[in-house]
Amino acid sequence: MIELEGLTKRFGSKIAVDHLSCQVRPGIVTGFLGPNGAGKSTTMRMMLDLDNPTSGTVRIDGKHYRELQEPLKYIGALLDAKAMHGGRSAYNNLLCLAQSNRIPSSRVDEVLDMVGLSAVAKKKSKGFSLGMGQRLGIASALLGDPEILMFDEPVNGLDPEGIHWIRNLMKALASEGRTIFVSSHLMSEMALTADHLIVIGQGKLLADTSMADFIQENSRSYARLRSPQQERLRDVLHQEGFTVVETAGGVLEIDGATTEELGELAARHQLVLHELSSQRASLEEAFMQMTAGSVEYHAHSERDPAAEPPVVGAGWGESWNKPEGTDRTDGKGA
Amino acid sequence: MASVPAVLTSEWTKIRSVSSTTWTLISAFAVTVVMGAALAALLNAQFDDLSEAEQATFDPTFVSFSGTILGQLAMVVFGVLVVGTEYSSGMIRTSLAAVPQRATFLLSKITVAGALALFVGLLTSFVSFFLGQAMLGDRGTDLGAENVLRAVVGGGLYMGLIAIFSMGVAAMLRSSMLSLGILMPFFFLVSQILAAVPGAKSVARYFPDQAGSKIMQVVPDAMNSDPAPYGPWAGLGIMVLWVLAAVLGGFLVLKNRDA
Repeated sequence: MIELEGLTKRFGSKIAVDHLSCQVRPGIVTGFLGPNGAGKSTTMRMMLDLDNPTSGTVRIDGKHYRELQEPLKYIGALLDAKAMHGGRSAYNNLLCLAQSNRIPSSRVDEVLDMVGLSAVAKKKSKGFSLGMGQRLGIASALLGDPEILMFDEPVNGLDPEGIHWIRNLMKALASEGRTIFVSSHLMSEMALTADHLIVIGQGKLLADTSMADFIQENSRSYARLRSPQQERLRDVLHQEGFTVVETAGGVLEIDGATTEELGELAARHQLVLHELSSQRASLEEAFMQMTAGSVEYHAHSERDPAAEPPVVGAGWGESWNKPEGTDRTDGKGA
Repeated sequence: MASVPAVLTSEWTKIRSVSSTTWTLISAFAVTVVMGAALAALLNAQFDDLSEAEQATFDPTFVSFSGTILGQLAMVVFGVLVVGTEYSSGMIRTSLAAVPQRATFLLSKITVAGALALFVGLLTSFVSFFLGQAMLGDRGTDLGAENVLRAVVGGGLYMGLIAIFSMGVAAMLRSSMLSLGILMPFFFLVSQILAAVPGAKSVARYFPDQAGSKIMQVVPDAMNSDPAPYGPWAGLGIMVLWVLAAVLGGFLVLKNRDA
């Protein structure tokens, strides 16, 4: 269990992390999501006691990182892939880390084998590709066989094969009951791996929720209707109390209604339907909605697509217009 | 707390597994020995051309350490690289995640690297001495003579201390390039030039290299050098204070700054 309490980091006048309080629960994959520059890496560095917080604390099983006896046996972390001495062989890079935490050198061979680098163990790590560097970083995280693993944007810059490998590795590690904390700026990536989500934007907590709840709440589901008798259909729907949004091409979108209800309703009123389908907005859209107000580096355009609601019906998305910093915290995912 | 022997082992692995260790230490040894022997041979051949004052204070031990002025630069490079590459490679974050106790980490690193530098320094010093005396022939001295052993051991300590001083500076500046850019010209030029300028002399003699090198002299004010207001051991003591200050500064930077 990792607890963050009012964690704050200032760089001069700029706040990178702003009173962040949350918990990383044991035994599940927690996704740490936010746009670029949201403060994810800074938060992770503070968790490892590499950066000193301006205020607030991080506790790992109730202890500060600096109090841990042999920290690699508690937490393994991949921060950036190139955090190794390029003039040293992969094996020796891992060996010196292992020795400092009294991990037997046989474990070095084990983790090299695990990440598929045995063949290049004696090669200097400066010749490694990004993917190999990432694997070496993961090997160093696994060295102490830790209960908690932290990965900062592990799929960044990897080819599809590498992404697939990391995804499966995280799932395998989680299935062994380990705590996994993984950051990303890609919602789609998180949707595939995470059980729980912590979303931040401009250093502030935007959401702390289980993945299932997040999907439930944020993937807007609605029914899509098309009919040659559009006027009548709309009247009927209004009478029944549905909120109807008319979009281009005479398509009606109805929130919170099942296709069964609507089909039966149309039949009762003898209305012809040309289309009746249920739709879901993607999680990526929901994430962009959530962080729209806190994206630090917008693309240079007047109308920023990221800030524009992609497919939004009236009434939806209002919950995100609440003042910034409103915590959407619930404990249901525990 | 992290286990100190474990961290020492780890730092030893780091040092022995990079090629820069080998070439910097071999350079320190070779440059000091070869240049010392060459200058000893040269001075022996041209002894009659030396000024009277120089002849009167001729110090065969000190002459055999003439190579130190260049050889110490390789020791500076060794010291800087041991600490500096942690920063330039990004390894420092991995290292501190493994050993979060800053004092244990830095002192272990300096202990291992410093001990190695001292060992190579002593080896260099003894070889320089014997080879230099061989070149000087009849004008040479031997280890049994008064204060000679002190000067030879002191020469080794000097080399080791220069390396440790550089480690402290690199820990303060957190960059190999910056540290080398400051230390190399300082030891090779600035310190030497200031020590020869009348007005600056009185300050320059308290610089680490100027003060520390007094330990290598057997004859007081050897080779007509400036008389210093301190003896050989006090001079080395001044150097040790510089080294302690640099290491303390390095520790404070490591402790307080973000990695």
